[in-house]
Amino acid sequence: MAEGPADPLLRLEGVQTHIGPYHILHGIYFEVPAGELTMLLGRNGAGKTTTLRTIMGLWRASAGSILFDGRDIAALPTPDIARSGIAYVPESMGIFTDLTVRENIVLAARSGPVDKARLEWILGLFPALKRFWNLPAGHLSGGQKQMLAIARAIAEPRQLLLVDEPTKGLAPVMVRSMIEAFRALKAAGETILLVEQNFHAASQLGDNVIVMDDGLVVHSGAMSELVADKALQQRLLGLSLDAHQ
Amino acid sequence: MRSTLLPPAGHDETRQRRGPVAWLLSSDPPRSWILSLVLLGIVACLVAAPFLFPGSQPLGTAAKICVFILLVASYDLLLGYTGIVSFAHTMFFGIGGYGIAIALERFGPSWESVAIGMVAALALSALLAAAIGLLSLRVRAIFFSMITLAVASAAAVLASQMSSVTGGEDGLSFQLPAELRPAFRPLAEPLFGITVNGRILAYYLIVAVTAVVFLLLLRIVNSPFGRVLQAIRENEFRAEALGYRVVAYRTVASVISALAATIAGGLMALWLRYNGPDTTLSFSIMIDILLMVVIGGMGTLYGAILGATLFVLAQSYLQVLMGAASEALAGIPLLPELVHPDRWLLWLGILFILSVYAFPGGIVGHLRKDPRP
Amino acid sequence: MSDAAAEATSAALPRARTDWLPLALVPVLALAALPLVGDLSAWVTLTLAGLAMGMMIFLMASGLTLVFGLMDIINFGHGVFISLGAYATLIVLGPLAGWASADSVTLNLALLLLCIAVAMGLTAVVGAVFERVIVRPVYGSHLKQILVTMGGLIVAEQAIHAIWGASPIPIPLPETLRGAFVVGDVVMERYRVVAVGIGLFVFAAMQLLLNRTRIGLLIRAGVENPEMVEALGYRIRRLFVSVFVAGSALAGLGGVMWAFYRQTLTAGMGMDVMVLVFIVIIVGGLGSVGGCFVGSILVALVANYVGFLAPKLALVSNILVMALVLIWRPQGLFPVARR
Repeated sequence: MAEGPADPLLRLEGVQTHIGPYHILHGIYFEVPAGELTMLLGRNGAGKTTTLRTIMGLWRASAGSILFDGRDIAALPTPDIARSGIAYVPESMGIFTDLTVRENIVLAARSGPVDKARLEWILGLFPALKRFWNLPAGHLSGGQKQMLAIARAIAEPRQLLLVDEPTKGLAPVMVRSMIEAFRALKAAGETILLVEQNFHAASQLGDNVIVMDDGLVVHSGAMSELVADKALQQRLLGLSLDAHQ
Repeated sequence: MRSTLLPPAGHDETRQRRGPVAWLLSSDPPRSWILSLVLLGIVACLVAAPFLFPGSQPLGTAAKICVFILLVASYDLLLGYTGIVSFAHTMFFGIGGYGIAIALERFGPSWESVAIGMVAALALSALLAAAIGLLSLRVRAIFFSMITLAVASAAAVLASQMSSVTGGEDGLSFQLPAELRPAFRPLAEPLFGITVNGRILAYYLIVAVTAVVFLLLLRIVNSPFGRVLQAIRENEFRAEALGYRVVAYRTVASVISALAATIAGGLMALWLRYNGPDTTLSFSIMIDILLMVVIGGMGTLYGAILGATLFVLAQSYLQVLMGAASEALAGIPLLPELVHPDRWLLWLGILFILSVYAFPGGIVGHLRKDPRP
Repeated sequence: MSDAAAEATSAALPRARTDWLPLALVPVLALAALPLVGDLSAWVTLTLAGLAMGMMIFLMASGLTLVFGLMDIINFGHGVFISLGAYATLIVLGPLAGWASADSVTLNLALLLLCIAVAMGLTAVVGAVFERVIVRPVYGSHLKQILVTMGGLIVAEQAIHAIWGASPIPIPLPETLRGAFVVGDVVMERYRVVAVGIGLFVFAAMQLLLNRTRIGLLIRAGVENPEMVEALGYRIRRLFVSVFVAGSALAGLGGVMWAFYRQTLTAGMGMDVMVLVFIVIIVGGLGSVGGCFVGSILVALVANYVGFLAPKLALVSNILVMALVLIWRPQGLFPVARR
């Protein structure tokens, strides 16, 4: 496990999660360094979404600690976790379809009106949102909804972004736009923990990578390392990172 | 660790040594010494009631207990085993009552009329239950409950308005077949000191039918069909995904439950020699059923026996106690009104709320200490 | 707004289409009834009666639909707040009976407003207690909610019996609100006009709150996806309680209006009207305030027209309306999008 020069922004130690009778996470250990994009990879059912939801407090960890910026947030209620500086973009996007695009973003800006410069920047990243500004978000296409979800997450500066499969179900041209957007976010210095099934996108974006399987972390390290080692890719993911989704 | 779809089949060990009692109870015994004793006690008292408690009032109470045991057990099938909250149950109770009443009033007091009335009532109930099931079980559970509430109130209104058929608000009085009338004497000599007459025969008819249908219900909930119902109650999506047509199962459960309630209604009418909106269709009876099934224990069927007994006894005799208490407390503001016998429902309501929170398995669950799912 | 954002509004956009069809049902129904009723003045009386009744049902039902839509809680005990609100009028009418019999519009209206204020205050407090003690322990289980809130209803009704007695209590309408405005051949009862006014005011206020304020935004978002609202950093539990309390207060308001409309108080009056409330919120769509409004008016108008044209059918007309609406739109007139 590569230790960066500074303390990691997020660290999970021995996190376990039970959902009803099911034991999903069996003891997760990993770190997310600040200012970098960490990919969370793994097969379906590995527990990636559960991990994100547990960090966010939507599901309570039954054991272990989640240290965010030095503080253990494992027992905090979800709103408090969000207020400590974590934004979450779920797999289902969580868009409020009855609210307009504008209202969705206004709601996300908890502390007041959205900063004009920041809004400019966001709309620059996702120009499609301009067109539907005053329309109910339900009218957006799948890809546009995804963009709105991310725009909402960054409406106000946040320390950590948790994003769950942003390219899922998107057409290739939208996937490219999404990758560009994340590149821009990275350049702006955001810390991102990104769950992806699209390994090709993952290899382009990730600085670090964590691989999960069956509720445990089976590998973590630099992305460059994994990209270089085809055998490792095969073993961990069942296919090479060159493969498109 | 994967959980199986169906809850574990109860007590496979007993299958090997399947004695006559286990067969009778469909391998679903009370599973608690205290509970078994209490149930035996209740059953014994009910069976021997005409001889243990002579007099028309105690016998009437006993008959009412039997009818409600059947009615509440039929509701438990729906609520406790299938997880459906329906407020239309009294409608089927009423159909049974009116079936008997109308038939005996129109076609004369004979066993043929009883048969016609009962069969017609069962047919109507089955049809209505199937219709409600197929139409409404597709919507969300909340919708369904509210719709049944609306349907039940419509039924009550219809019954009072169609006075030419149903006797309206006043209901219908009628004569029973000769064998069930008080004047009928099958035995010349008194038995155990009591003169056996048609009334007692009527009582034993009620006891017998109640016992048979109750045991049938016990058989049904312990069959593969019953287990699928419980699986659906636990996790509907899973059951559907595994290929069980949820709406079909629920509809069948609705129909069975309605049929049993209809039989209970018929028995009630036979005992009272009368049927009216207030004896079978009123919403307060629906509330009583809810109280009985929850306090007794949902999803156990035995809970129906306990709940009905407790409730009917309290209704008849607790009020006397409360009356005495109310007089003793006269002069203190508000307290006498709170323990006034008319307010007995207040305390039962509180007991009901407590049961839902603290004793989800009701009395039976508490006695068993490991309530059935 | 910046250039980029300003561009958004000026560019050619597909217009958001409001769902007009259910709204149109109301005038269509009213106009269709006119030839059936035949007589214009009778029609006006019936329509006004229907509108007034619809407003009152809306007041009683709006709280319930919002609580269900936002909190996913089904409160069968909602009738408690209606009954309580109605009985609360006794608290005011006792000492201030003089205001009721006085022939002064100001005093009468002041009396009415005071009754409303007291009723809403009382039901808000009881609502808060109800939520904390009875409802909160059973969040998440609809079955238990139905049972427990039913239990609460039974206990509350019995408590009302104990406190105020079991016999019906007559409530006189304040002097100037009795009688009717007569315009030519048309008779419009004064109280009904007041009821319609109050109902419209409350509806407008609710729409304003829901659509123009941040809280309204939170409520609308919460109805759709409460989890996401929490993930955005809002403590939605507190909002829930406020909405529950507001819903109870609205029911209390409805209770007061209903008490004066019926001019009698019975402990079971809340429960009696619950069937109607349920039908209305099913017809309107669970969680939709607008749907509740349209649904209430539709059901009330139908009840009044049918009551005039075919009295025997009147009591089951509600069920028929519900059945017809559900066949057309199984989720109600204005279904609310849910996660």
